Amino acid sequence: MTLSIRIIPCLDVDSGRVVKGVNFTNLVDAGDPVEMASLYDREGADELTFLDISASSSGRDTTIDVVRRTADQVFIPLTVGGGIRSVKDVNALLRAGADKVSINTAALARPALIAEIADTFGSQVLVLSVDARRARTNSGFEVTTHGGRKGTDIDALEWVEKACELGVGEILLNSMDADGTRAGYDLGMIRAVRPKANVPLIASGGAGTMEDFAAALDAGADALLAASVFHFGIHRISDVKEYLSRSGYSVRMPSKR
Amino acid sequence: MIAILDYGSGNLRSAQRAFATTGHEVVVTADREICRKSAGLVVPGVGAFRSCMKGLLAVGGDEIVRERLNKQQSTFGICIGMQIFFESGTETAQEFPGATPGLGIWKGSVDKLNAPVLPHMGWNTVSAPQNSLLFKGLEEESFYFVHSYAAKTESHKKIAWAEYGDRFIAAIEDEAFFATQFHPEKSGAAGLALIKNWTDSL
Repeated sequence: MTLSIRIIPCLDVDSGRVVKGVNFTNLVDAGDPVEMASLYDREGADELTFLDISASSSGRDTTIDVVRRTADQVFIPLTVGGGIRSVKDVNALLRAGADKVSINTAALARPALIAEIADTFGSQVLVLSVDARRARTNSGFEVTTHGGRKGTDIDALEWVEKACELGVGEILLNSMDADGTRAGYDLGMIRAVRPKANVPLIASGGAGTMEDFAAALDAGADALLAASVFHFGIHRISDVKEYLSRSGYSVRMPSKR
Repeated sequence: MIAILDYGSGNLRSAQRAFATTGHEVVVTADREICRKSAGLVVPGVGAFRSCMKGLLAVGGDEIVRERLNKQQSTFGICIGMQIFFESGTETAQEFPGATPGLGIWKGSVDKLNAPVLPHMGWNTVSAPQNSLLFKGLEEESFYFVHSYAAKTESHKKIAWAEYGDRFIAAIEDEAFFATQFHPEKSGAAGLALIKNWTDSL
């Protein structure tokens, strides 16, 4: 009896449609988030993440509807991130059927938001998304905003430690240097952050080969998030899980039912 | 009909949809009459032991659950909804010294797990008891857990154990009363099958 590692596909959603590099042949409509969520569920995804990249408020309302329709059909944990600024925003997503929310910019602007959300709904709903890159801060890792384009001079390790004290339930560590490269997760960053986080750590950014997944687990990640390798069909989730299982990691294989 | 007790705790939509996959009519309500008469009552719960108990008492949920216990009407607690069936819980003991009393249906307290990384979050296996109703056909499956506290003491009830830091109670079957520390409504096909095992017994 061991807790399994988790494989989490991430879908970018804009105004109710999945965008950014989705290339499936076995779907009627590759842009429908509900259909893609179901497919990933069947392939053995342990959780799903929607990142709402809608620019407009009507786009965000549509995301609420997507969450509702997904939660009606897919019975695994669903995390929603993007543009969440208040307890009210969190409440709307949870009521629609999200199990967790991830926050980033709003928490950097006002760290007290972490405690407010944790006190209202419990730490388990709150994932702190940390977009970090190598830079000249104390630890050598800096937190960024705007998808890695803007530096903050905030040290990533100090931020993770502080956020854990304030009550986040999980850390999603995105390497802005590795993101989209498929050259492997930033293992040095995972190793550096691991001892600072007393909550589960999800590694993100850079997944390319099967070996990359295993290396991130060895570096200390509890869960692995990936987008393009799954969307482009480079790897199927079930193949990654089989590889990891053969390599000796505890993995939940898709239900025999 | 199945009633899901609504006492202000989190995402009940998933629970409603998951229990509805069995074909039963499912209502989310705090209405005393409906909760009394329903064939099955689900007591959900997220957040913390103390706030859950507070919410339960505010809607008279303690009386509803005790009445169903006396009449041996089928009742299913999930996560914190299971924890509050025990005698006490020590979550938030830092801010509020001393344990919070639970409903005391089962002996023992709910205490923090001894693990370097908490919450215990993700899919884990359980060792199901012999002749289990809930786990029938599901002995090899994994279920989705999210919690930092758990009941760890042995009792005479039919118990499924799991392990994370400590060995803890993952599920209990006690005549008409059932409970899981994990979330069957979030445990994919295995979770839905476990829910069906319960609703088939109603």
